[in-house]
Amino acid sequence: MRDALGRPQSLLLLGGTSEIGLATARALVSRRTRTVLLAGRHLDALEKAARGVREAGAERVEVLAFDADDTRSHAAFADHAFTHYGDIDVVLLAFGVLGDQRAAEEDPERAVALLRTNMVGAASVGLHSARHLRRQGHGTLVVLSSVAGERARRSNFVYGASKAGLDAFFQGLGDSLWGSGVRVLVVRPGFVRTKMTAGLEPPPLSTTPERVGDVIVRAVETGAEEAWAPPPLRFVMIGLRHLPRPLFRKLKV
Amino acid sequence: MAAEPGSGRLVTELLTGWGRTAPSRASVARPAHLEEVHAVLGDPPSRGAIARGLGRSYGDAAQCAGGTVIDVTGMAKVRGFDGERGVVRVDAGISLGELTRLVLPLGWFPPVVPGTRHVTVGGAVAADIHGKNHHVDGSFCDHVEGFTLLTPTGTVEVTPDSEPDLFWATAGGMGLTGVVGEVTIRLQPVETAFVRVDTERACDLDDALARMEEGDHRYRYSVAWIDCLARGASLGRAVLTRGGHASLDDLPVKVRPKALRAEPRVVGTAPPWAPQGLLNQASVRAFNTVWFHRAPSLERGRLQPLHRFFHPLDAVQGWNRVYGERGFVQYQFVVPVGQERALAHAVERLSATRCPSFLAVLKRFGGHNDGPLSFPMAGWTLALDLQVGPPRVGPVLDELDEVVAEAGGRVYLAKDARLRPELLPVMYPRLDEWRRVQAKVDPTGVLRSDLARRLGLVERQGVG
Repeated sequence: MRDALGRPQSLLLLGGTSEIGLATARALVSRRTRTVLLAGRHLDALEKAARGVREAGAERVEVLAFDADDTRSHAAFADHAFTHYGDIDVVLLAFGVLGDQRAAEEDPERAVALLRTNMVGAASVGLHSARHLRRQGHGTLVVLSSVAGERARRSNFVYGASKAGLDAFFQGLGDSLWGSGVRVLVVRPGFVRTKMTAGLEPPPLSTTPERVGDVIVRAVETGAEEAWAPPPLRFVMIGLRHLPRPLFRKLKV
Repeated sequence: MAAEPGSGRLVTELLTGWGRTAPSRASVARPAHLEEVHAVLGDPPSRGAIARGLGRSYGDAAQCAGGTVIDVTGMAKVRGFDGERGVVRVDAGISLGELTRLVLPLGWFPPVVPGTRHVTVGGAVAADIHGKNHHVDGSFCDHVEGFTLLTPTGTVEVTPDSEPDLFWATAGGMGLTGVVGEVTIRLQPVETAFVRVDTERACDLDDALARMEEGDHRYRYSVAWIDCLARGASLGRAVLTRGGHASLDDLPVKVRPKALRAEPRVVGTAPPWAPQGLLNQASVRAFNTVWFHRAPSLERGRLQPLHRFFHPLDAVQGWNRVYGERGFVQYQFVVPVGQERALAHAVERLSATRCPSFLAVLKRFGGHNDGPLSFPMAGWTLALDLQVGPPRVGPVLDELDEVVAEAGGRVYLAKDARLRPELLPVMYPRLDEWRRVQAKVDPTGVLRSDLARRLGLVERQGVG
């Protein structure tokens, strides 16, 4: 259960090796969280991540097999996760791929694969989780969107479109869950220095997984429905969203 | 919209406690008869059920996320009254305020009343509530002759003699041993609806403790209000209000014919919404300062109507809303006699943290009773409200928990909304004993609350 100060006791992390996801898990464990479920495809990597979460102080860390692309398996996955480990206070959807924009443009199949993982997979497991959370009568569903979804850029519009779709989907889901005791939090990080972005030049306002984790924890505690990491990006994006197209095209983004 | 009592309809509602934190959704049943309670317990929802009265527990004690909450306030009749002995049999859904309204004109008063009259008798049993007379009279269940308890394994008439384990597991058991049906209470005789109150100021915490130690035994009721925002030499400055029921002779002759008449007044209603920042250090400090200096430094024998003495905050309906959207926590702990240093440490920490807190209530408890989860113990209890919002509130209270546990004290479950679960068995060392009794009446885990889930009060089921 979340306590009066909003601190959750258990976490299901989808994308159990995600750096932002694990940083969030560690930040939650340093407060009240005792149970952490790490779900993902690569069990070896998950086991390694589980050790880190245990070292951070979690009492119970379990590893679950989960494939975002295999949407047919999601119902059984959610049934299992929600019936065997007690209440799940926070579900964090942290899986996703950045992809290679140029390759995706040349080979539409690659674009489709990216959209399937980032958006279709998230929508599917998000709905299955929402069904269980609604039944549970409480909980927070957190989804990692991106500022890239707020305005498509030619340099990565496939990724941006996947996040835009995801973002809209979970905003709507949040409204449909309003009053059910379940909240949906959409988090929009900017450029985060992780292995996913290794080799790219960090722009201004770039951040770290730990900082994003702190933003997420605070937003979960306050019951926010949207959060930007770092927070000032919210205002940068308001500006960018309203920039006229001819001007926006001239920006080197 | 709440369902009519007895309609058999279930309405799903988002529920919180009085502190308005951590809402969760449940189906709410409003039975008009105990048979309907049976029906819920006999065909329990998979996520369990818990009784709820007037929702005055500050935290999540009367919530059951995803399960069924049994609102007992539709069962609120008086079932019997023995005017000779002052013993009354009532439905658990009746409030102490309503009970007082009925018995006061006959010269009787509830044996124990908390800071609000809007609590049910069932809730008073489940939290084993205490009042300003604890140092003399003990807690509520010390005045209960028996009750019917509806459990998943059947209905039992429970008295301290016939079923001592179940009686005391229910006293302070937070509703987790069953739904209390009817309760037999011993009332106390009173001659008037007034209290004779002595007021005095204490310049700091030590002064307050010394005055209470020295003089509490002369009073039926005693409490001190502490200014937790005062610093330096004034740290812990307090106003003591102590008194006893006024006798007929204490009243002016003119008033005597109406000696037992009492009409609680509601002077206003808090606005439906308050900005999160309304209460801040400056505004609360100013309030506390004015309040301290307004109190007479010494005054004896002032006559006060019962309701104003016992339930001053009831005069403002919905006062819990002034803490803003995120609500507030009430932190109440007790430390044993001899651990005054832990108490002083807590007051110092709260003062140094500068979390805006209205007056804290300090009270010297008498002994404890046989309830394994009953809160009071011989010692000092402090209660204060803290707004949820400032990030430092969480860590400071966590730190105070450690101090309290170390001192052999505990926090009050009826107020709790945030205790670190690991400390529960430390604070309540007889927890396992209680769990055994609980498991006997509820072997399949029907009785569940958010509080129970959060603290692991009842061993969790289905957890790997």
